[in-house]
Amino acid sequence: MIDYKAERAQAWREELRKSIPAKERTTLSRVEMPMQDKIQRRSNNKEVNLGLTEEMAVKESHRCLDCANPTCVTGCPVNVNIPKFIKKIEAKDFLGAASVIKETSTLPAVCGRVCPQEKQCESKCFYTQKLQKPAVAIGYLERFAADYERESGKMSIPECEKPNGIKVAAIGSGPASLAWAADMARKGYDVTVFEALHEIGGVLKYGIPEFRLPKKIVDVEIENLGKMGVKFLTNTIIGRTISIDTLRERGFKAFFIAAGAGLPRFMNIEGENANGIFSSNEYLTRVNLMHAADPEYDTPVIKGKNVIVVGGGNTAMDSVRTAKRLGAERAMIVYRRSEQEMPARLEEVHHAKEEGVEFLTLNNPVAYISNDKGQVQQAKIQKMELGEPDASGRRSPVPIEGSEYLVDADTVVVAVGVSPNPIITSAIEGLDVDPKRRTITVNPENNQSNIPDIFAGGDIVRGGATVILAMGDGRKAAQGADEYLKSLK
Amino acid sequence: MNKIIKKRFFSENVVQFVVEAPEIARTRKAGNFVILRLDEKGERIPLTISEADTEKGTITIVVQRIGVSTFKLAAMNEGDYIHDVVGPLGHPTHIFKAGTVLACGGGVGVAPLLPIVQAFKEAGNRVVSILAARNKDLIILEDEIRKYSDEVIIMTDDGSYGKKGVVTVGMEDVIAREKVDFCIAIGPAIMMKFCALTTQKHEIPTVVSLNTIMVDGTGMCGACRVKVDGKTRFVCVDGPEFDAHKVDFNEMLMRMGAYKEQEKAALEAYKNANNI
Repeated sequence: MIDYKAERAQAWREELRKSIPAKERTTLSRVEMPMQDKIQRRSNNKEVNLGLTEEMAVKESHRCLDCANPTCVTGCPVNVNIPKFIKKIEAKDFLGAASVIKETSTLPAVCGRVCPQEKQCESKCFYTQKLQKPAVAIGYLERFAADYERESGKMSIPECEKPNGIKVAAIGSGPASLAWAADMARKGYDVTVFEALHEIGGVLKYGIPEFRLPKKIVDVEIENLGKMGVKFLTNTIIGRTISIDTLRERGFKAFFIAAGAGLPRFMNIEGENANGIFSSNEYLTRVNLMHAADPEYDTPVIKGKNVIVVGGGNTAMDSVRTAKRLGAERAMIVYRRSEQEMPARLEEVHHAKEEGVEFLTLNNPVAYISNDKGQVQQAKIQKMELGEPDASGRRSPVPIEGSEYLVDADTVVVAVGVSPNPIITSAIEGLDVDPKRRTITVNPENNQSNIPDIFAGGDIVRGGATVILAMGDGRKAAQGADEYLKSLK
Repeated sequence: MNKIIKKRFFSENVVQFVVEAPEIARTRKAGNFVILRLDEKGERIPLTISEADTEKGTITIVVQRIGVSTFKLAAMNEGDYIHDVVGPLGHPTHIFKAGTVLACGGGVGVAPLLPIVQAFKEAGNRVVSILAARNKDLIILEDEIRKYSDEVIIMTDDGSYGKKGVVTVGMEDVIAREKVDFCIAIGPAIMMKFCALTTQKHEIPTVVSLNTIMVDGTGMCGACRVKVDGKTRFVCVDGPEFDAHKVDFNEMLMRMGAYKEQEKAALEAYKNANNI
């Protein structure tokens, strides 16, 4: 446990606090993220947020009051030492700031970009809680520190303990696995990451688009893991290409399953198997992983004129903004609840609107109409109203009878959620799997499954979560696996 | 990276490859398929495994030149490397003692049929195989199929080899003369559709192996979805084999045409660029 009080009492922190009175700090306004022009960016795939300059970051760091009780930390699933890294920025020790974040977070440049900060750290910031003012831009500052470190060419590779020669395996190569692999490598284990696809990175590669998370950022993180001795094996499906038992025979002593929520859900409505209707997984995989929009690559994608994306999460926003970039004249979100209930990050909703995406909230498709070639032409959409709160605490949508109308659509992307991938769970006999959700059941203390040498985390345990929660699982499971392996001696 | 060990032309458009893939050779079973990506810019294409040699660590696949990727693959040679090979994917064939098994293969569908014929024979069944193609040149793996069949019937559309007529003509002949307990059909979607209609008429349980469009092949994308018994199923993880009498072949045929125009344009461009 970090002693936040003792750290805060250190001379350098005290000196910084005294350098600007708290009152003056609270009068400063929150920094605005420089962005690519909203018209220009509709026709390119480059990152939308450009990142803070040094000057902007330092100025924003002045707003942080270095609270005696840093509630922001409690809002972070991996408890990044937020006040310390922000004060390092204020002291212009940017590399120091990055290394503070890296004490707890494996992928700061990624989390700084894709975490829903407004629901996590920033929602617990003193400004939000007590002053009713915009929170300190913790996410922007995290990204700044991580980018500064990467671009400085002085990226620190975490120190690893002496190799102990014990072989361990991560299954899947998304954020949960990368975090687990990093921690296990640090503890001296001989780590191999097995990936079913041809590229390492999981959802960071196939799911999140370039304009939100440039792939080179993910690649740098993967290279660093390589420098720490982590081995990567693509095109290898554990449970098919190699079984867990075979890996045990080959000397692997512990496993971390983080194969993700690979199975897309459809709505099972009339006409949904028409051509031009995709799962968001398919649509995004074609464009992100397979580079379908690039004529140099062989994989095709349908570039729709009128595109409907069904859903209100981040994947829906990623899909609809991708459609816009592929040249859609109309790109529409169709979501059955109201905008308030949308699970997507605020920033993504905001960016989508700026890019000209239309929002048909309180609307829900009930059928699709195709031409004689089986190509979707129109969606039949029903209007909804909000009823009583449901199990999720959100007001549940109720259909309005007789409100159906038709919208032209030559492309439809269904982004209504995913289920855990069945391949690995069905290949391990005796593994405790939730019969309904198909998720792996683990001990929440250490992410251990009912089979002692098998740990699990990320979406295959949670059924659908965020990068940071997956990473947190990876870290907890690494602690758990380490303790388990030490108990064997 | 997987090395091509052996290449053999069955005809101008149909090529067999023996590819190094020791882990897959070790774990694959009849009915499994692999996904290949030829180079860094390639698409992911599913191909059913025809044979495997666990000692040499190789698998055998057969490919027909249809689109850009299969043209590119057919142009590869012994010693070349395929960028990615992943598998074995899909559920293996359910092999059991049925009695008399009618095994129908159309065109390159005979390649995936081969290990299934072998497995049914080894499980103690009487196996009657029907190999069908447009003409003599397109009949493949006849000797190999003969090795594991009690009888082999050849059907060609133009009568250039065996009996003249489509596969269902041969099927009707067999069904008319003896009791068939189980049927498996692998080939083009349209052929499987008519095989299914034929056996449905005679109430013979039948399985088909579907070859839909896929991207990842691991259940992630749903490109391969098809209605079976009124429910949407994923060919890659729920199949590739399904009860032939419950598959919505019309929907499947429609879905397989999703990229027809793009495929045609891409192939034209490829042929022009390579003087084919």
